[in-house]
Amino acid sequence: MMAVRLRLGGTLLGAAIVLFVAVLAVFAPLLVPHDPFAQDLMGRLAPPMWLDGAQAGHPFGTDQLGRDYLSRLIYGARISMLIGTATVVTSGLIGITLGVLGGFFGGLVDDAVMFVITCRLSIPLVLVALAVVSLVGSSLTVVVLTLGLLLWDRFAVVSRTTTMQVRNLDFVSAARAAGCSRIYIMWHEVLPNIVHHLVVVATLEMALAILLEAALSFLGLGVPAPLPSWGLMISEAKDYMFFTPWVIEIPGVALFVLVLGINLLGDGLRDLLGATRDA
Amino acid sequence: MLTYLLRRFVLALLVIFTVLTISFALTRLSGDIAVAIAGPAASAEDVAVIRKTYGFDRPLPVQFVEWVRSAASGDLGRSYLYREPVSELIRDRLPVTLKLGFAALMVALLVAIPLGIVAAMREGSLVDRGVMLVALVGQAMPGFWLALLLIIQFGLRLQWLPIAGAEDWTGFVLPAIVLAFSAIPALMRLTRSGMIDALSSDYVRTARAKGLSRASIVMKHALRNAAMPVVAVSAVQLGALLGGSVVIEAVFALHGVGFLAWESISKNDFPVVQAVVLFLAVIYIALTLIADLFNAVLDPRLRAA
Repeated sequence: MMAVRLRLGGTLLGAAIVLFVAVLAVFAPLLVPHDPFAQDLMGRLAPPMWLDGAQAGHPFGTDQLGRDYLSRLIYGARISMLIGTATVVTSGLIGITLGVLGGFFGGLVDDAVMFVITCRLSIPLVLVALAVVSLVGSSLTVVVLTLGLLLWDRFAVVSRTTTMQVRNLDFVSAARAAGCSRIYIMWHEVLPNIVHHLVVVATLEMALAILLEAALSFLGLGVPAPLPSWGLMISEAKDYMFFTPWVIEIPGVALFVLVLGINLLGDGLRDLLGATRDA
Repeated sequence: MLTYLLRRFVLALLVIFTVLTISFALTRLSGDIAVAIAGPAASAEDVAVIRKTYGFDRPLPVQFVEWVRSAASGDLGRSYLYREPVSELIRDRLPVTLKLGFAALMVALLVAIPLGIVAAMREGSLVDRGVMLVALVGQAMPGFWLALLLIIQFGLRLQWLPIAGAEDWTGFVLPAIVLAFSAIPALMRLTRSGMIDALSSDYVRTARAKGLSRASIVMKHALRNAAMPVVAVSAVQLGALLGGSVVIEAVFALHGVGFLAWESISKNDFPVVQAVVLFLAVIYIALTLIADLFNAVLDPRLRAA
């Protein structure tokens, strides 16, 4: 009983976190107390309000260029949520198309799909993402496209296995007997019956995409400055972390809490919808 | 069995060929590679000399065939930056990455297996939920951020461990712990679900009926069966750890293969980039092949597949 209540609590907590960050992201321009790009070189590295010497009007302090940390954090939510959702849409389209085709047709089509998945899994993810962003040039669009083109493997694996389970069920046979086209069957019969598995995969991939963007930006090959990506904020602040550790703690906690929230939500949805994690 | 082996082997070769193609295409993404190498200050003559020296004036298919042929014979090209064969660069840096990867895998297994067993023995309890929470936290932790926090705490405040470099084994402690975090959740979940299956099986019920001790049942009967998939996945995880160590090597200034790749990426040293991508992919492919074989040997049902 206790465990069940904990699980429900976790799901709600996750949903609340994701919703909160989404609201921050959407309404960022209305919520920020300061311009996140406005520098104030006289007021650099002001500590946050829970430390001594805090300045009024900067509850989370200011960064090494005197920019308001809370405002940058709120704009950073935009970047993380944008990267997360855009990557899931791109990778979902690629992965689900491949997986459903392979699972539905089987045979040679399936062999080809499995081969593409194996190739993708063999490529060192972070390294290739770094190389692509470095060669093409770093921008938000490049990061989204790179991650979207790389993170579809789990979508493909899960939609392939679940399609295989569904394709021989009665309602698919019935649709076939009724003379429905194969595309119609895949779209109207198969997809609605595997979508609950894919929702769970989407949460996992969204969390992964957000973490990867942060890591790329941290290494200087993600979202370009002065955009306030949380990973970039940690990277820019790390020269000061020995004296003022809060400069890396604040964006790091934000990143950790958001990803934890997405994963909690995903775990809860998996239990609720009876989906599998990796099939 | 032999057909299965052969099929897997041919598949692995095809995958390697595809990765060869991808790593070649990757370095040609930037458009004119010679301009990128020469740098912004170079004159048109300099660029022309570079183009001629490295053979970029030849048609792309010719360059590609050349790359595949030399890679197949173990020659991965020369670094523009170090003026050394890339294979030697990788060989010099490999021990650091291998040590880091193995140490991280050991840490991950030492944490994941005991926690997975405890969670499975008390399935559905608070202990179980607590262990699953550890998995969630591990999954949500940004590695590079954890690395910085540990550097501040153990390197700076307590001064127990060095904050960068790998003069001796102490330099590997923090990086291995951070890297292990990425492998712990998956290994822990796998141990837990494997143990839950094993503990509810007939042979465990028989062992219990025979009056064997709980320790003997868990360690001897259940764990042996649950361990098989964990060992197989560990091989795959090791490949992922080696490929994923680039961020950690960059944070801790560990001069391994990942650091080499990161350095080369930021300095447009393309032969090194494409060689490291290929190299890590081949290691991963080899490790998955080993994991598959391991599974096939232990589980006859898979051989038919």
